[in-house]
Amino acid sequence: MVTALIVMGGLGCVSALLLGIASKVFYVKENPIILEVEEALPGANCGGCGFAGCHAAAVAIATGKAPPNICVGGGPDISENVANIMGMKVVAKEPELASTECCGGARAVEKFNYDGIQDCRAANMLFGGTKLCEHGCLGFGTCVNSCPFGAIEMGPDRLPVFDPNLCRGCGACVRVCPKGIISLISSTTKILHFNQYSECLAPCQQKCPAQIDIPTYIDQIREGKYKEAILTIKERNPLPLTCGRVCPHPCEDVCRRGVEDEPVGINYLKRFVADWEMNQGQHLEVSIAAPSGYKVAVIGGGPAGLSCAYFLRRLGHKVTIYEQMPQLGGMLRYGIPEYRLPKRILDWEIEGIVGLGIEVRTGVKFGEDFDLEFLRAAGFDAVFMGIGAWDSRRMGIDGEDLEGVWDGTDFLSKFHLGETPVIGKKVVIVGGGNTAIDAARSALRIGASHVTLMYRRSREEMPANDMEITAAEEEGIELMFLAAPVRIHPKNGKVAKIEYIKMRLTDPDPSGRRRPEPIPNSETLMDADTIIAAIGQFPKIDFIRENKNIAALKITKWSTIDGAEETLQTDIPYVFTGGDCFTGPALAVDAIGAGRYAARSIHYYMLEGEIPLIEERQTSLIKETLFDHVEGLEHVPRVHPPELKVDTRIRNFDEVEHTLSPSDAQREADRCLRCGLICYNRDIIEAMERELAESTTQ
Amino acid sequence: MEYLLLVISAVLVNNILLAQYLGNCPFLGVSKQMSTALGMGTAVIFTMTLASIITWGVHKWILMPLEIEYLQTLSFILVIASLVQFVEIFMKKSMDTLYQALGIFLPLITTNCAVLGVALLCIKNEYSFLKMVVFSFASGLGFALALVVFAGLRERYVISNIPKPLQGTAIGLITAGFMSLAFFGFMGLT
Repeated sequence: MVTALIVMGGLGCVSALLLGIASKVFYVKENPIILEVEEALPGANCGGCGFAGCHAAAVAIATGKAPPNICVGGGPDISENVANIMGMKVVAKEPELASTECCGGARAVEKFNYDGIQDCRAANMLFGGTKLCEHGCLGFGTCVNSCPFGAIEMGPDRLPVFDPNLCRGCGACVRVCPKGIISLISSTTKILHFNQYSECLAPCQQKCPAQIDIPTYIDQIREGKYKEAILTIKERNPLPLTCGRVCPHPCEDVCRRGVEDEPVGINYLKRFVADWEMNQGQHLEVSIAAPSGYKVAVIGGGPAGLSCAYFLRRLGHKVTIYEQMPQLGGMLRYGIPEYRLPKRILDWEIEGIVGLGIEVRTGVKFGEDFDLEFLRAAGFDAVFMGIGAWDSRRMGIDGEDLEGVWDGTDFLSKFHLGETPVIGKKVVIVGGGNTAIDAARSALRIGASHVTLMYRRSREEMPANDMEITAAEEEGIELMFLAAPVRIHPKNGKVAKIEYIKMRLTDPDPSGRRRPEPIPNSETLMDADTIIAAIGQFPKIDFIRENKNIAALKITKWSTIDGAEETLQTDIPYVFTGGDCFTGPALAVDAIGAGRYAARSIHYYMLEGEIPLIEERQTSLIKETLFDHVEGLEHVPRVHPPELKVDTRIRNFDEVEHTLSPSDAQREADRCLRCGLICYNRDIIEAMERELAESTTQ
Repeated sequence: MEYLLLVISAVLVNNILLAQYLGNCPFLGVSKQMSTALGMGTAVIFTMTLASIITWGVHKWILMPLEIEYLQTLSFILVIASLVQFVEIFMKKSMDTLYQALGIFLPLITTNCAVLGVALLCIKNEYSFLKMVVFSFASGLGFALALVVFAGLRERYVISNIPKPLQGTAIGLITAGFMSLAFFGFMGLT
């Protein structure tokens, strides 16, 4: 007994002594920073960072093998603490979230080739996962199981849905996906992305000049996720309130529901969510990349300039907008009448954009108050010129300079400069575009008793939006087709009569166009005391011709600024252009798309010096996506937003069209066919349903 | 020939993991990845051999002369634990590369029953010094083999379709059972 006690005690003492000596002799000085870092880490040992536990991660951080923000489990405050220990500065990092661009492709059909397998990787190993579509989610949800934060779930279409609030960007799903369709994408990547032919794109998304992801935001509206829908739109278009009101929605023209039924009211839906955001009273927060240190000057605060400034700001650059008019908005403010776009709404929208930290100088004119040299001296790395098309084309007829003859843009901008133009009772508008219609409807609202719109071709050729033409007719504006003015007759120095000649359309020429030609001896006189000419606009570019230091800026024969189609770069390398001053008068949404395109070019120009071309850039519609019939479709009438009655609206400038109710929006969103996500061949769908039923009963 | 039989017996027939069911906790714990299984296997071979040598000495020169063999288990635990700690400290200072490779596994083995089991078996079977070294080394080898094979299987079935109730450790234990049955096939060799 005693021996046993002595032996065990002795053994213990010897062991303790040996260990004690060993720890003294073989003492390794551990970096105290490692301990501190380890303290700061959450200690969950989740391994999400790629190291075996928090201690290993702490060692890696302390030895500089890993950045302080490597911990994916802890969130920004942990990273901040760790960075403080490491003596590093904390700058806000743009979150990178998992997402997939895949929208199905041929996946749904092929899913059932993989009978009995429930893991994407197994399916991929056994069958190679051959896909018709180059993306192609296999749909077994292996990524769902791999996510340590529970941020992924399989959506109703068997495509993964990522919850941005839970996703920490650890990349576990990216590693596990055998098809490589999941990637960590930051807002920067999304902003810099443009449609490519290789992508699975719904026709509306191809057609939209701003390339808004229409099917996604309609889907989000259907699910009642208005906030997400707004953010989806704002990744492409910073002006949804405006576009929701004034956009002629080219997207709806190609809507596949329109083939068998009426097209989906895409723009109504956009307006619906945009109005929802405004009625919340607060601008939704959008992500902004870390400051890049670059400065960009944007000349012109219209849709192109605003869009370019907005996206450059979101890419982390400092932006200053220079605007010649007293307020931002360009043609949206000075060209579009109040009854289509109330200015308090435009103000609110612009306030949201400027609120991202964009500097604004109004009332300064490029070429007079400042020039490129001034901007270079002020330290700007690049310049975007989006000066719009503000000069009106002249009719080139006698009497054009008489009192009582207006040009369309002048006439419309008067309303927003605090004065109402004085006009007579009998007003004649010349032209067939949107400016002409806007002028006609505005003239009616300030007291004209008879408004005639004179256009030299027929109604089919009118460039104005169909809806606007109809609204003008409803309000009692007389449309006079196939007539062109030839002379204006004065009385006491003022306009008294307009002489016009009747026209006819020639037979189609080889290019298929029917040109108007005058019918000889058909001149007719008509009483008129005010004439508004709205026959076309072009950029005001006199300053370029006069100013020597920007003589390098080339002007095309259409008086627009010349630039490279693929980059929007002008002949002065640091000057970029886009919008009406580049293309000639076009839609607001065209300018918005161009603004983002220029922002991309400027971003690459400043960061890399070179602007990479977009591979397979989608510029025309993909033929295969324009299927000409849809099977098994029930007719569901398109919703119509409430609008003011004609007799109440023509007396004032109140907004004519109103927003949808939530239930109507839901119903309209339900009409979307989700092109790209659903197979339209009923046989295939039925076969799939059968197989699905079989596989669930087994 | 005698030694060859001893090795075969220790590695295959009386595999420490699959025939004697010792050391099951690292068997299930660190067998999810091939790389960690290899590291763990090597660490076990090393520790097992070293621990057997020391405990054999303790037994021969301390316990036997004093006729207190009944303290075997108690004293071996103490000795093995101190030994592993000592080795870890030593390695950290002097053999950094080896420490990086095996270091993180050493604390896992401090009180591993397989190591203790092999030390006790050597005494029970009254092996000579050389036989003891060969046996303990071969037992470690058997442990590593089973672990590596098991890890290979586990890497596969992560991607296979396993019914919900059986996922994770459950299917691990079932697999271990089948492996054990397979190793029983070596019984006839002796």
